[in-house]
Amino acid sequence: MLELHDVEVYYGSIRALKDVSLAVAEGELVTLIGSNGAGKSTTLKAISGLLRPRVGRVQYRGQPIDRLPPHQIVALGISHCPEGRHIFGRLTVAENLRLGAVQRRDPDGIRQDRERVYELFPVLKERSRQLAGTLSGGEQQMLAIGRALMSRPKLLLLDEPSLGLAPLLLAAIFDTIQQLKRAGTTILLVEQNARLALEIADRGYVMETGRITLAGTAAELKANPQVEHTYLGT
Amino acid sequence: MTDLRRAAGPLAAILGLVIVLALLQASGLAYWQGLFINLGIFLILVLSLNLSSGFTGVFSLGHIGFMALGAYGSAILTLPLREKQEYLPNLPAGLAGVHFDFHLGPFPLGFLLATLVAAVLVALVALLVGLVLMRLSGHFVAVATLGFLVIVRVILFNADHFTRGSRTFSNVTPYTDLWWVWAWALVVLYVVRRIKRSPFGRAMLAQREDRWAAQSIGIAVMPPRLLAFVVSAFFTAVAGSLYAHFITSFSPTVFYFDLTFRVITMLVVGGMGSVSGSVIGTVLVVGLAEALRRIEDATLLYGMSQIILAVIFILIIVFRREGLLGQREIALDRLFVKGGEPPS
Amino acid sequence: MLLYVTQQFVNALSLGSLYALMAVGLAMVFGILRLINFAHGDLMMVAAYFAAFALFANLPLGLALVLMIGGTMGVGLLMERVAYRPIRGAPDVAALLTSFAVGQILQNGTLLFTRLIQKPIQIAFPSPELLNGVIAFGPVTVPRLNIVSLVTGVILLVLLSLFVTRTTLGLSMRAAAEDLSAAQLMGIDINRVIATAFAIGSGLAAVAGLLFAVQAGQINPYMGFTPVLKAFIAAVIGGFGSIAGAVVGGYVLGGLEVFLTAIPGIGDILPVGFVSPEVQAFLKQWLPASLTSYRDAFVFVALILVLLFRPNGILRRREREEMQ
Repeated sequence: MLELHDVEVYYGSIRALKDVSLAVAEGELVTLIGSNGAGKSTTLKAISGLLRPRVGRVQYRGQPIDRLPPHQIVALGISHCPEGRHIFGRLTVAENLRLGAVQRRDPDGIRQDRERVYELFPVLKERSRQLAGTLSGGEQQMLAIGRALMSRPKLLLLDEPSLGLAPLLLAAIFDTIQQLKRAGTTILLVEQNARLALEIADRGYVMETGRITLAGTAAELKANPQVEHTYLGT
Repeated sequence: MTDLRRAAGPLAAILGLVIVLALLQASGLAYWQGLFINLGIFLILVLSLNLSSGFTGVFSLGHIGFMALGAYGSAILTLPLREKQEYLPNLPAGLAGVHFDFHLGPFPLGFLLATLVAAVLVALVALLVGLVLMRLSGHFVAVATLGFLVIVRVILFNADHFTRGSRTFSNVTPYTDLWWVWAWALVVLYVVRRIKRSPFGRAMLAQREDRWAAQSIGIAVMPPRLLAFVVSAFFTAVAGSLYAHFITSFSPTVFYFDLTFRVITMLVVGGMGSVSGSVIGTVLVVGLAEALRRIEDATLLYGMSQIILAVIFILIIVFRREGLLGQREIALDRLFVKGGEPPS
Repeated sequence: MLLYVTQQFVNALSLGSLYALMAVGLAMVFGILRLINFAHGDLMMVAAYFAAFALFANLPLGLALVLMIGGTMGVGLLMERVAYRPIRGAPDVAALLTSFAVGQILQNGTLLFTRLIQKPIQIAFPSPELLNGVIAFGPVTVPRLNIVSLVTGVILLVLLSLFVTRTTLGLSMRAAAEDLSAAQLMGIDINRVIATAFAIGSGLAAVAGLLFAVQAGQINPYMGFTPVLKAFIAAVIGGFGSIAGAVVGGYVLGGLEVFLTAIPGIGDILPVGFVSPEVQAFLKQWLPASLTSYRDAFVFVALILVLLFRPNGILRRREREEMQ
């Protein structure tokens, strides 16, 4: 479904990604793990269109998307839930969700999806009229994911959903992600919490300083001594 | 030996300039003399603005306010006593008695002193203004300095006793000539060049790249910026004095937005952060503006030259934001030096 | 005394409406693009010229208004497309300077145009009948223009507020103003949003331009400069980037200006015995005319104070965060 070929991305004159190639098949949950600054978020931004690769191709369902502006990429069915949540704090929860569906023209479908999001995250329904900025960290994360779901994406890019969340909440969120996968959404999950990520993923890639250093099934990666030492160690 | 060789380049340039000026002076071609005087004054303005804004990336849109203060200040000082009493009858007693119109032999010492006194006073004003405004950043400091420009203008319009308000201030003795202007221009060139190469200068350029990074590695952010601001205000005031004693009559409306934009255009064309760039930018824009002005006079299409200059400005910002030279310099001191010896 | 205060109050509100209309346009563009568009004042000037020529051609007022607003919007959109879109992402100061260049083009373009059709630089504005004269509310007489300014301002601002809070496009604009990258990830076409901000801002500036022109009685190519500075100050006072802030700032500025202008009157208007004769004489000596003409300077001092101490404006707002 999604393929990256030899992607290079620059921030000004600094190269952030080099030779990044990966693939995500339909229905899979693939994870991208690595330490801070490894380039994982940059990779997602290159897919969603916030950054343009200087070299390489990004293909979605066979179609090149690396020259498209972000809003057209969303229209194709890709939704990016960014690192740090980036919810619109000055807008209400309901308005945030509405924005997730901003491109859609089917009010009934939108309402359905909104109800589904409220089912997934009941606390959002309670707070639907509150300003999103007043929500707690965990609630904001739920809102960010819910918002990303409102476009009914076929491919969901999740960036560090575990960031700043208490353990109890973590379990709930990752449960939800698994639910989504089971319901048929293809997911590319960027995570620093490698343990949790590899629990739920089918396959994974490891990134270090802008390059992909390891690839394999989740089981393979979990068993890999290097991975175990660097990312899974206590 | 190398030092002599290094000095040869700039010295040759200065000699060339002196020859050109001498020829001009002798030729009696008032038009070209005027053009070169204008060129020199603009050069001082652009270099000063470069020092303040170009190195630090912090834009001062109010610099022409300093020019205005320098112009009025020095003009008030140099007015001969009799003129002063007739022309500015309401000056406070202290000022009314002062008249810097004395000479040392043929040398108009009074003019020099008046220029210096006015410039120092303006520099003090700049110190105050700078202390207040330097806490701001980005476009906010730009707009705040624009506010300064407006404030100065309003004050000049209202301080009738000193400035004759909105009426033209004339009867200024035409002290300014080619030599004065270019002597000052060379001084400013030298000073700005030295500052750029000094630790101060390097600190300022660093600051321009990233204010927070510079702060975090301990480069004190305030002093270099403030120093640059004050020194540049000093020279801008000098330019004001030169200007006042050149056109001999002016009013506050001259020192406002059009002039500001003209100077900024020269700065941007040449490249902020480059001294050579400022020279080139000034020459190009003054030359172009003059040529366009002649076309305007001929075709009566007034306003066209401003439009063309504004379009050029936009083109530079869009396609070559760093200007023609960016931060690079034309290494005059390499002119006679062989091989890859780095400049001092 | 009460009469005087009421009249000044109405003056303040009507001036405030004008400033609010202009400040809102600036704030909308700044909120999304972080661009201070100094050519905004020239949009106002262009609108006045459009209106003047339409009225000179004896077009009915309605048509003249449509032409004025449409033409100004066109200029605003052109400005965005040609000058500002290519430099999106550039440092703030570059954009600010570019806006000055755009202003120069508009000003001199208008100058050139008036020369070509052989009109003088300063043209008397053909004020429509509707906006002339005074209305009397009992003992209070108010210029009709002030009432119209006030009412128009309020209506337009209310409509704008409805647009921004109730429509999807308005919601998209608010999102874009808060976090441009996140808005893009929602699938918002930011080119469209930015164009809308420019169009609305231009439209509001056009209305303000007409009202300014009627008030001043004449138009010239440079008339937009001071208003845009004032509008900017208004926007900053209220909290730059926020539409509500711009509105508040506009009225505060209007009030401040009228207050500063009215002060000289106080020396004359104070009831006898209210203050001692010495104080009255003092007020009369030091506050006449001088304060009015220093008014502009005071306004800028206010701006600088606000920038220093309350950079986020009177309505406190957090600075927005940006994704890289």
